[in-house]
Amino acid sequence: MTATPAVDGWFTTDQEPALLASRCTECANLVFPPVSEDAASFCRNPDCSGTENETVPLSRRGVVWSYTDAQYQPPAPFVPTTDPFVPFALAAVELPEGLVVLGQVADGFGVADLKVGDPVELVVETLNTDDAGERTIWRWKPVSSANGKKGEEA
Amino acid sequence: MSNAIAVAGAGMHPWGKWGRNFIEYGVHAARAALSDAGIAWNDVDFVVGGETVRNGYAGYVAGSTFAQALGWNGARIATSYAACATGAQAIDTARTRILAGLSEVALVVGADTTPKGFLAPNAGERWDDPDWLRFRLLGMTNPAYFALYARRRMDLYGATSEDFAQVKVKNARHGLENPNARFRKEASVEDVLASPVVSDPLHLLDICATSDGAAAVVLTSLDYAKRHGLGSAGQGGPVRVEAVSTVTPTFPNTVIDMPLLATDCSAVTGTPEHTFKESLARAAYDEAGIGPEDVDVAEVYDLSTALELDWIEDLGLCGRGEAEALLRAGDTTIGGRIPVNPSGGLACFGEAVPAQAIAQVCELTWQLRGQATGRQVEDARVGITANQGLFGHGSAVILAR
Repeated sequence: MTATPAVDGWFTTDQEPALLASRCTECANLVFPPVSEDAASFCRNPDCSGTENETVPLSRRGVVWSYTDAQYQPPAPFVPTTDPFVPFALAAVELPEGLVVLGQVADGFGVADLKVGDPVELVVETLNTDDAGERTIWRWKPVSSANGKKGEEA
Repeated sequence: MSNAIAVAGAGMHPWGKWGRNFIEYGVHAARAALSDAGIAWNDVDFVVGGETVRNGYAGYVAGSTFAQALGWNGARIATSYAACATGAQAIDTARTRILAGLSEVALVVGADTTPKGFLAPNAGERWDDPDWLRFRLLGMTNPAYFALYARRRMDLYGATSEDFAQVKVKNARHGLENPNARFRKEASVEDVLASPVVSDPLHLLDICATSDGAAAVVLTSLDYAKRHGLGSAGQGGPVRVEAVSTVTPTFPNTVIDMPLLATDCSAVTGTPEHTFKESLARAAYDEAGIGPEDVDVAEVYDLSTALELDWIEDLGLCGRGEAEALLRAGDTTIGGRIPVNPSGGLACFGEAVPAQAIAQVCELTWQLRGQATGRQVEDARVGITANQGLFGHGSAVILAR
């Protein structure tokens, strides 16, 4: 059984994982989730007529735009992994490239560990397990600030 | 040249969980609106239905559904889908045909029957559908999006859970005597704070329910209204629709929107001057030739208590980060400077998606006519509605008399 991404082509899974975006070859506008490289890619910048894109990694670090959690089990197609349901946190993270990307918050961290403007880093963790093995997903993990060690407390 | 049309009649089926067919609610509301207008069904030459896809295949919930149930009369039909803005888009469709001189009397109907609990996407595996992916990959429900906006208000502007609860307290009081509201019971700050947290920081009572319900309006040209003496009985003419804004976002849309997993990227073009929700209101003000200072009453989409505070700022009724101050001063309560959601809002109604934007227009119609018994905003002459839903849909409607 091997670990595979829950969705193809949206993030890398190496030592320093990163989200993957489509970058317009004309105006460099970035789009996440990435569009398939096989598909026609009409640039979403209304002033650009670009039709081609390349896949590029996004910054692994960003700052929290906002955050919340799910204290009740979301409905399908969410796949529950525990019974009873264990709440998890969610964060919207602003990347230096100028876009905000949602994600679950890394295992072991909750809303009490977050503030708007806090730095976070991308990690890859297990979302659920099915017949083919572990399915992985990107998550946002609080990182230690200069005077704190938030990461080690949880 | 004026782009105004007349609201000849307004009607609703009360919101609730009635467990019956949406067609029944829609016809009830349509007949109520026709009766209110004093216009015979056979004089309607255009029917626009607000559609939802949750109740079956698209096309089932449509203009023709209501036209048939009212008894075929040969009227032309149209069907609108714009998520939470469905009703406003349906009104705009009717308005366009009236202003073009192609129709004189239009009936706009929205009705829904909703399931219990979280709104969820339709079944099936749809790996290219963001509305499916947000649940599958993130477990990101609608309340979780509302909670992101709420938390941002707390961290940036110092809003508190008590402020959010106070919005519920206000709206619950506003809706107490509204015969079409589903929840007509006072709530206290303690009640809200004691209800379970759904998505931090929002409690169950901060979040609107989903409801069955229907709303309808009869719209006519100003000429038709004048010829038939509509709204002349001591009301100084009919209530007019002065603007319908259904603009889409302007790239880059930098506020995370349901059901998306990311915003547009602002690196190439910079951040736009106005957010999507601000631009919805600005387009309406521009069309009506008025500004926020002219507004007497607002009906805004309080999917959550905190979202009402966002809307107050998006409509320009105060500066960014100042809505809590308005709330605390009682300015948004009936009797205050700028009452918000005198109907009781979604807090008292719960959301019936394709009907809700029409319901907002019904409420303002009654407010501007002075017929909002038990919740009347004194001498209201100009009102604005606002809402926003999935996939870049939103609206603002301005009414005046």
